[in-house]
Amino acid sequence: MRFFEDIGIGDRRELGRHSFTVDDIKRYALRYDPQLFHVDEAAAARSHFGALIASGWHTAAVCMRLFIETERRIAAELTARGEPAAKLGPSPGFRNLRWLKPVYAGDSISYAGETIEKRETESPPGWGLVVFRMRGTNQDGTVVIEFENAVPIERRPE
Amino acid sequence: MPRFYYEDFEQGSVERFGSRTVTREEIVGFAAEFDPQPMHLDEQAARRTPLGGLAASGWHSCAIMMRLIADGFILESSCMGSPGVEELKWLKPVRPGDRLAVRRTVLETRVSKSRPAMGFVRFRFELLNQNGETVMEQTNFIMFGRRAAETSR
Repeated sequence: MRFFEDIGIGDRRELGRHSFTVDDIKRYALRYDPQLFHVDEAAAARSHFGALIASGWHTAAVCMRLFIETERRIAAELTARGEPAAKLGPSPGFRNLRWLKPVYAGDSISYAGETIEKRETESPPGWGLVVFRMRGTNQDGTVVIEFENAVPIERRPE
Repeated sequence: MPRFYYEDFEQGSVERFGSRTVTREEIVGFAAEFDPQPMHLDEQAARRTPLGGLAASGWHSCAIMMRLIADGFILESSCMGSPGVEELKWLKPVRPGDRLAVRRTVLETRVSKSRPAMGFVRFRFELLNQNGETVMEQTNFIMFGRRAAETSR
């Protein structure tokens, strides 16, 4: 990750894409969100969703994975140029998570992150808080999920 | 036939559901797939981070709480999904071996104006560890079918 000072409000980055298959959806949901419309195609067809849909927590978790993979790529690029990369700290949480549209089996979701807020924090020293708006868009260009995730990021060393 | 409908959630009520023990294998397995940061994968590397030792991904805590909520009452309810989560706070690390439970408080209830067969219930969900500490807190609306709509068919 770039250092806190080098991150600009409005900076946007594509994080990657994920295809939600039937097996993928069921594997997550059987373990962590076994509501019928996530694990049973026939029951899902009878529900108001009309077909099998991914757990909203699954679509959020995939975004996290792509964010971390992107962050590693950026860190590797910086390191290859001989520049230091900033570490990420443990997030205090998120807000305004919206499951706007269902994610159906077969959907391909493209995720992106945009910096919307930066907050100087006093403790711990050497870190600042950056808020990213994460967004997932399906193959029809419809936003299916968004949330605002606060991430502690290292400040440039003195 | 669901056991719980919109009408069964009373503002101010508090209930507990759980528990579930989180293993090291599960923590590392989830993190490897969804949150591959060293603090969630490796004890040695995690010691050098602000978490001070291996801890579950916050998104793993969310997944565990959803499972506890599903087993606790959602699977037996007329749940129609949720529009999202207003706010979620990761307050304390979840360590291998922690035993987690959920405390649910009903904050408010209101019938949907656009779809009167459905109602919104606003909950605070707290994920508690074996010491009674709140490790995670979530506030969100969940939509439920109304018993009144069901019986009038």
